[in-house]
Amino acid sequence: MAVSAAPNPQPLRTRLSAFFYRHRWLKLLLLLLPPLLWICVVYLGALAALLAHSLWTTNDLTQEVERTWSLDNFRTLWETDVYRTITLRTVGIAAAVTITDAILAFPLAYYMVRIASPRWRAIVFVGVLMPLWSSYLVRVYTWRLIMSDNGFANWSLEKLGFGSVDIAYSMWALWITESYIWLPFMILPIYAALERIPPSLLEASGDLGARIGVTFRRVILPLALPGIAAGSIFTFSLTMGDYIAPVLVSNTQFIGNVIYSNVGVANNLPFAAAFTVVPIVIMAIYLTIVRRLGAFEGL
Amino acid sequence: MEGRGTRISVTAAAALVLAFLWVPLLLIGVYAFAESKIPAWPITEFSTKWWSTAWHNTRMRDALKTSVEVAAMATAIAVLLGSAAAFAVHRFRFFGRDTVSLMLVLPIALPGIVTGLALLSAMQYGGITPSLLTIVAGHATFCVVVVYNNALARLRRTPGSLEEASMDLGADGWQTFRHITLPSVATALVAGGLLAFALSFDEVIVTYFTAGSQETLPLWIFQQLKLPNQAPQVNVVAVSVIVLTFIPVLLAQRLMRNDPAGIGGR
Repeated sequence: MAVSAAPNPQPLRTRLSAFFYRHRWLKLLLLLLPPLLWICVVYLGALAALLAHSLWTTNDLTQEVERTWSLDNFRTLWETDVYRTITLRTVGIAAAVTITDAILAFPLAYYMVRIASPRWRAIVFVGVLMPLWSSYLVRVYTWRLIMSDNGFANWSLEKLGFGSVDIAYSMWALWITESYIWLPFMILPIYAALERIPPSLLEASGDLGARIGVTFRRVILPLALPGIAAGSIFTFSLTMGDYIAPVLVSNTQFIGNVIYSNVGVANNLPFAAAFTVVPIVIMAIYLTIVRRLGAFEGL
Repeated sequence: MEGRGTRISVTAAAALVLAFLWVPLLLIGVYAFAESKIPAWPITEFSTKWWSTAWHNTRMRDALKTSVEVAAMATAIAVLLGSAAAFAVHRFRFFGRDTVSLMLVLPIALPGIVTGLALLSAMQYGGITPSLLTIVAGHATFCVVVVYNNALARLRRTPGSLEEASMDLGADGWQTFRHITLPSVATALVAGGLLAFALSFDEVIVTYFTAGSQETLPLWIFQQLKLPNQAPQVNVVAVSVIVLTFIPVLLAQRLMRNDPAGIGGR
């Protein structure tokens, strides 16, 4: 009787496992390649196409894109007063929204970290999360309803005896709407930053004789700054690039709706692309500044 | 250490801010039951007739179907790519690791109009006609980071010793993945997927540029808002959209209760 049976070959699975265990870099490559390829091809590739378009022009007669390199679009943007005003106005509203959101977000974040019981903290956390993830368009639209002449805002103001205001389709309307839409993006980073402050630090400040006002200015605010900076990246950037809210609740031109109408009505993609480069450059400058404030640790 | 006065005033301010966040969402819920064609406050007559009108609107239904299809496909891509990226960044130290994280976050840190117009430029350049797939490609690009954030938050909290123990006990790589790694991140992936679905389902800024003549539900709403007298139907659909997205987000929140870093980082 033959006893020398061939040794059991290891199953393929085990051999594969061992192979990948020995060649860790291959595993990394397999994991990293698909997302990296996607981002490079779809996103960075598209950004490159955007930059290329910004250096091309549209033929006035044929409406065709002419692929010859020129800085004409940027020259128009720079030399036309209207576009300079629109850019300044857009940066202005983005800054106003960012400051408003920081002021509104702080007490809520502070309440969640320092005052609320665990149960209430969880409830408020969900209360911030739901608006963050719920439909952006619907929330913009709701503010259009609220601020219309016969809307909820005017009704409440009249009931409170303030008389009605005429803010429908105005800069004010846009300021309120944008502040509302992006507020959760400010609350969560400030919450995260405040949560990282050890309570003993605040007690020490109190023990050393600081009143709450001084503790706030000298201890809490500096430590919360990275969180505010992180939140401001979103409030600033998202307000600056918005075109839906400007179209729906304001009557003024912002970078977003100029790009929008150049794609839709005017059919001038190269010019729209050039104007899109403006918020990218502004964001690059902004990111460099907030990086100094430690915003990236707060993300 | 805060005095009583401080505590009360901070609580009051927090309550006001929370009310600011929620009153509009509640108001749109009430508006959806108004009888009148022209939305005005206070609402004098209530009716559910617009719910039936909206439900029987075939164009709205088609848009809803498109939205669900797009969101499902974008979510599938986002879960695959996002979890792969999270594993790679968490498990390995490699050159350009921080750049990879930055590149994944870029599509949501830059304004949506940049992503949208960039994709439109690429489509024009490559002669790609808008289709369901171009919408999906756009959505997947910014959904990846949602899954990535959630998976990474969970991986950071999962001790690596569990996997080492599994290997020490003789499990091979596949068994360890199947019985240890996957169960520990599974709920985070589901949560990330749910959030990605909600995000894609609601997206309008990028979609406008990649959709061509196709219509997702948010694009349908946006279109209706430019027409007169469509408010009652829009109100109904608006409330439905809000409620529909609450479900996946609430589920995701429950799954990620212990690692809120993921769900907060949109």
